[in-house]
Amino acid sequence: MTEAKTQEKKYPAPQGNPETQAFWDAAKQGKFLIKRCTACGEAHYFPRSICPFCFSDKTVWEESAGEGEIYTFSLMRKSATGPYAIGYVKLKEGPAVQTNFVDCDLSALKIGQKVRVVFKPTDGAPLPFFTPVG
Amino acid sequence: MSIKGKAYIAGIYEHPTRHAPDKSTAQLHAEVAKGAIEDAGLTSADIDGYFCAGDAPGGAWPMVDYLGLKVRHIDSTETGGSSYIIHIGHAAEAIAAGNFEAAYGATTHNAYGMCAMRHMHDYGTTSEQLAWIKVAASHHAQYNPHAMLKEVVTVEDVVNSPMISDPLHRMDCCVVTDGGGALIVTTPEIAKSLKKPLVRLIGHGEAMKGPRGGKDLDLTYSAGVWSGPRAFEEAGVTPKDIKYASIYDSFTITVLMQLEDLGFCKKGEGGKFVSDGNLISGVGKLPFNTDGGGLCSNHPVNRGGMTKIIEAVRQLRGEAHPKVQVPNCDLALVHGTGGLLGVRHAASTAVLERV
Repeated sequence: MTEAKTQEKKYPAPQGNPETQAFWDAAKQGKFLIKRCTACGEAHYFPRSICPFCFSDKTVWEESAGEGEIYTFSLMRKSATGPYAIGYVKLKEGPAVQTNFVDCDLSALKIGQKVRVVFKPTDGAPLPFFTPVG
Repeated sequence: MSIKGKAYIAGIYEHPTRHAPDKSTAQLHAEVAKGAIEDAGLTSADIDGYFCAGDAPGGAWPMVDYLGLKVRHIDSTETGGSSYIIHIGHAAEAIAAGNFEAAYGATTHNAYGMCAMRHMHDYGTTSEQLAWIKVAASHHAQYNPHAMLKEVVTVEDVVNSPMISDPLHRMDCCVVTDGGGALIVTTPEIAKSLKKPLVRLIGHGEAMKGPRGGKDLDLTYSAGVWSGPRAFEEAGVTPKDIKYASIYDSFTITVLMQLEDLGFCKKGEGGKFVSDGNLISGVGKLPFNTDGGGLCSNHPVNRGGMTKIIEAVRQLRGEAHPKVQVPNCDLALVHGTGGLLGVRHAASTAVLERV
């Protein structure tokens, strides 16, 4: 297909809650947080207070490198706000994150491609998305 | 507690409409309930349980009131399109527990594209192979006067239709319709007192799957890998014994992954399995969705589980269209996936037998 550039669009402000407030506060500093369980050692995303693997409440915030590779994606060719692509990124730390891919030629996305986190402004906390590296 | 043989599907009704701007949702629910009750040869006074999902306006109790039923068991389990296959399992459990005698139950593409993309990456599955699923459905739909799409299509038609959400084309997607259906699930004794061929539930399984914290994400299999074996074990049968299968077909990739997960072929070999008409009644080894399914006939309120059960019961009764009726069809499987295959979804499998 012909090149499908992502378009700049207005994103809605995320609705935080007490369990995820630290995530959005860090996002305002440009940091992408995940959670890790100090009982079983597993990292997870999206962040929960109780570990989804061992049910321990000893979960702590950890700053992710915000780097990973594309596990899969799908490019929606048409929408009211233009083409968009969503998919999953497997972070270096392990967990997979469902995300939109931005600031790139969407028609050139590939499974296995290296990506990094990029924050997009809203009226509230910024939203984390991913973009191909290089 | 096993439900094997303890509940029968005595009444079925599929609403003939595919577009109903002149009817309320509650009215559609009432019309399909009436249709299923009459098909069973019962009256509304015989109904003592009510099952519905999130598409019923207000849920179970406003509908029970609307319908004027006097029930002692309700269930509004909501798992998207697989809700109705879960409901027949729950109805059978409640009947086995002695809770009631007769019950009535009524009735997105990025997330599927992501699964298809990864399946192609891991197993070499092709768009042409996915297209065969739509081709088979269209061969069946030509005989269904109520089908939304009755035209027989080719692999070329499918792969040349516009790309919607890579790698899924327009013809990889199901139709969007109004309509609906209903079932009467009842005890063996009541079923035997009625005039319809006897169709009973002999195995049922349900399961759900999500990214679960994002660990070891694998989108190439569904929760069917758990619901399927549970249903087969309870029924005491294997995939090879199944003569007809109603397989949830929100998208072609949904069918392919579920066939693998249920054990009709090995993981990764679904593309080969569905090719060359293997799902076409009278042609292939596993006739599927002989009403045309969600891909061609009907997918009411974006939920296909109800119509899957209804077509399986038609096959077991010998009431399918003669051009697609499977000879001596005495064992059928119904399988559904509700929610979003690539995000969170719930699967349900049922094995039905003609007595």
